[in-house]
Amino acid sequence: MINAAGRFIPDTLPGYRDIRPYAGPFATVPDGRRAGQKIKAFRPGTSKVLASLEEAIEASGLKDGMTISFHHALRNGDRVMNMVMQTIAAMGFRNLRLAPSSFLDANDDLIPYFESGVIVAAQCSGARGRLGAYLTTHRLQEMTILRPHGGRARAITSGELHIDVAFLAAPACDRMGNINGIEGPAACGSLGYAMVDARYADTVIAVTDHLVEGALCPVSIPQHLVDYIVPVSSIGDPRGISSGALRITTNPRDLLLAKLTARVIETAGYYREGFSMQLGAGAASVAAGRYLRDIMLRDRITASFAIGGIPGPFCDLLDEGIIQTLFDTQSFDARAIQSLRDNPRHQEYDVDHYANPWNKGAMVNHLDYVVLGATEVDVDFNVNVITDSHGTIMGAVGGHPDASAGARCTIITTPLIRGRLPIVTDRVQTICTPGETVDVIVTDRGIAVHPSREDLRENLMKARLPVMDIKELRDLAYSITGEPDPLPITDEPVAVVEYRDGTVLDVIWKPQD
Amino acid sequence: MALIQRPAQAGTLESSDILIMIAPGEPGKGIVISLESPVQKQFGRRITSIVTRHLQQADIQDAEVHIQDRGALDYAIEARIETAIARATAPADKEPGNA
Repeated sequence: MINAAGRFIPDTLPGYRDIRPYAGPFATVPDGRRAGQKIKAFRPGTSKVLASLEEAIEASGLKDGMTISFHHALRNGDRVMNMVMQTIAAMGFRNLRLAPSSFLDANDDLIPYFESGVIVAAQCSGARGRLGAYLTTHRLQEMTILRPHGGRARAITSGELHIDVAFLAAPACDRMGNINGIEGPAACGSLGYAMVDARYADTVIAVTDHLVEGALCPVSIPQHLVDYIVPVSSIGDPRGISSGALRITTNPRDLLLAKLTARVIETAGYYREGFSMQLGAGAASVAAGRYLRDIMLRDRITASFAIGGIPGPFCDLLDEGIIQTLFDTQSFDARAIQSLRDNPRHQEYDVDHYANPWNKGAMVNHLDYVVLGATEVDVDFNVNVITDSHGTIMGAVGGHPDASAGARCTIITTPLIRGRLPIVTDRVQTICTPGETVDVIVTDRGIAVHPSREDLRENLMKARLPVMDIKELRDLAYSITGEPDPLPITDEPVAVVEYRDGTVLDVIWKPQD
Repeated sequence: MALIQRPAQAGTLESSDILIMIAPGEPGKGIVISLESPVQKQFGRRITSIVTRHLQQADIQDAEVHIQDRGALDYAIEARIETAIARATAPADKEPGNA
């Protein structure tokens, strides 16, 4: 069948449930009740602190075939996922379904567990490095599922993704099981992903290298959700968890993109006192924030809130009063972690609150602007952020589709060409965000506006911004790079890209050698 | 028919450049090209055809060509292959500098 994004979706996929094809950003109406974790009653005097991971895994009742989860707030510094998988493999478990919030570069070490049958299925936001390549070239027992952050929260809270045991890297934890992410040697900031897993998993194991005596303050994940605590020597390498202060780019093309993006925000129609935004952590997005700051100071306009993963420069805007409050699911650098710890207007919140399409109103629904990147975009405004020029999984869907669906004006900022690759093309390799939820594409050679947004186009034209037809942009790119040959792929599906609501937006096919 | 006098190269491994090495080929074997490129799948055909065309225009029948592409655009590829051919075919006393 052909879904509403124009993609061919097979009637069945091996190791995947009944297919619901993508039908539009808000086509699916949920019915039923939320899932919930098993009820347990710990009596006074129960001790949660166990001596080893083995003991905790045994106590958790983990069995072959179950689903386990991890959060990725420690990013490339994370040691917990590899450490736990090593222990689980050594204990002889098999056929597990691995459902972390995302995979990062540090997870290449997991490949042997896929090869030996310890892990037989993966559900995540994305993967990189050798693991991404492995998941692109190997069909697992179940189809690999790639979900946006909001889609994962929906799958967990609706019961579609049931987590049997959640292993939470806990930067600070007391003996009762209260956890936060802002203290300890491996402080990572917000625990926005872990919060959802903690509420819905049947068994929650906190793995910590900072066991606090007395009562922790503040608490992000409360003790009543936590079964066991395992002290270990280190949960993560701070150098991989947070980069130092973000340097503002000096790349002239990024600066041009940033300037154009700030001008689009200023003139598209939603820039007014109390507007709201999400800006990514890419070089051009961060620089756009810098230009926007000058414009907002000039006009004495403040933003009511900013959301998303939070990079340090946004915390400066918070301190200056240019943004009134930040909602943070993931703190991108040391500055953001410090700000979350010290500034009460920098709020930690979970992914359900941020982006779940099936609740009573996620924050993305209240965005005026979101600025996002792209690996490639096409003439239908579809965006790919997950497969590279070889067709290999090398990124994560993240909150891209969530913020795009929610925001009044979704801006994609990207160079028109990268190396020899045209970034505006006839057809993206993989659709991660459907074009009908994208409004403006800003490139260094011109700006395209979705045909359904005549209002935005008029506003940008009035501001004398270089508005062009998307096909003109594509032709300009092709005139420089040449028209690319289509990527040769096989007819073997390896992964499903689910939309926020669990419908199938696209399928990733194994590339030809 | 032009003859390749010596192995020669032109270009660099900087991003958006291309390094082209040509060497005498076995007589009768024709032009043998090996290509490494991050955009092999999208533009491999095109890169190879530009290089082949320039060799044919220089009337070179047999050559071994090794190409390491870093995402160069057509004009860069043409400049590099022209220079590599000039270096490889110049008579010994007029060998252009291999800068």
